[in-house]
Amino acid sequence: MTHAKLNQFEAVKYSRIYALGAARGDLVVTNDDVAGPIDSNDEWIRQRTGIITRRRASADQSLMDMAVDASNQAISKAGIAPAEIGAVIFGTITHPHQTPSAATLLAELIGANPAPAFDISAACAGYCYGIAQADALVRAGVAKYVLVVGGEKMSDFIDPTDRSISFLLGDGAGAAIIGPSDEPGISPTVWGSDGSHWGSVSMTSSLLEFRDGNEPWPTFRQDGQTVFRWAVWEMAKVAQKALDVAGIKAEDLAALVTHQANIRIIDEMVKQLKLPESVAVARDIINTGNTSAASIPLAMDQLLKDGTVKSGGLALQIGFGAGLAFAAQVVVLP
Amino acid sequence: MALSHDEVLAGLAEIVNEETGIDTDSVKMDKSFTNDLDIDSISMMTIVVNAEEKFSVKIPDEEVKNLLTVGDAVNFITSAQG
Repeated sequence: MTHAKLNQFEAVKYSRIYALGAARGDLVVTNDDVAGPIDSNDEWIRQRTGIITRRRASADQSLMDMAVDASNQAISKAGIAPAEIGAVIFGTITHPHQTPSAATLLAELIGANPAPAFDISAACAGYCYGIAQADALVRAGVAKYVLVVGGEKMSDFIDPTDRSISFLLGDGAGAAIIGPSDEPGISPTVWGSDGSHWGSVSMTSSLLEFRDGNEPWPTFRQDGQTVFRWAVWEMAKVAQKALDVAGIKAEDLAALVTHQANIRIIDEMVKQLKLPESVAVARDIINTGNTSAASIPLAMDQLLKDGTVKSGGLALQIGFGAGLAFAAQVVVLP
Repeated sequence: MALSHDEVLAGLAEIVNEETGIDTDSVKMDKSFTNDLDIDSISMMTIVVNAEEKFSVKIPDEEVKNLLTVGDAVNFITSAQG
């Protein structure tokens, strides 16, 4: 039996990042500000994490405020109209509603309604997961332009007395516009998960346990040693694989932009990858803290803004965190 | 061939020295990693992973917290070598 011929999306060959946007929490929080409840001090925190200040959002600044700010910057720099956005992908673990998603409201607020919009929960890998999906959507011809946001207000879910992770955390949002390209601009993504370590970075309890009065408000916790081992030695392998599938070598990179989890992870990964000194290494964690899904676009935007790297260079970006989930790709800097 | 306690101690001292700068002579069996050598949890994990590679053994995450002294680590590595 025959049938009428269907239309399908027509693929385009390549995609690239057109522009980035960045918004950080409006408060600068020093180590002295967080040291008291964890019986610590500025020196201890600097030595173990590299952090000097972390940016946090005040009560008046919401996750959505930061996401809208970063998105508007990216849209404006990309030189497109919001109505041209064909999909909005929001990587976040701190949107305070189970439903509806953060992405649909963001699409409405930036003028991208009625673009398809959805959140992804991949924690610190959320932005790179989003880039992988945007790259696929653009090259498949499903969307011409995709807005990817990694945004978090981590400070809503911290316990000031927690010594495992809370004092590292910051708030912010980073945004990217991905669209069609004449040249390759995003390498094949190397991504995956390892649910055997599901509890290594997690919340202290579920919302149901909180509702039933059995547990306090859920906050973030991590098993630092387990996460450190995985983040350095397993992620160095993923980073190397991302270089291999991109068909480039470490010396071809202009920058390494890892998730800004801890400076010790970043420094050890640089060592494992045997990066030449010519490669700029993003260390935005020093001033911003660990902002989970936002950390990679914030760090990349900072390297571009301060002139450390130039548009057109290659950057290896790798996100990793709770899940455990990870994703890495090489991108041409916008 | 399995290494002796002394050989493992010497190798471990080199790893500790490389990670922390602590003199190899200070890395003795009775020294506590935390209290005597002032090694933090992240450096400890780096030492563990480098020891795994050097001595071809597996040191599971849950075992690391039991390695309080240099002697604990030397004994674990020596027996793990089989």
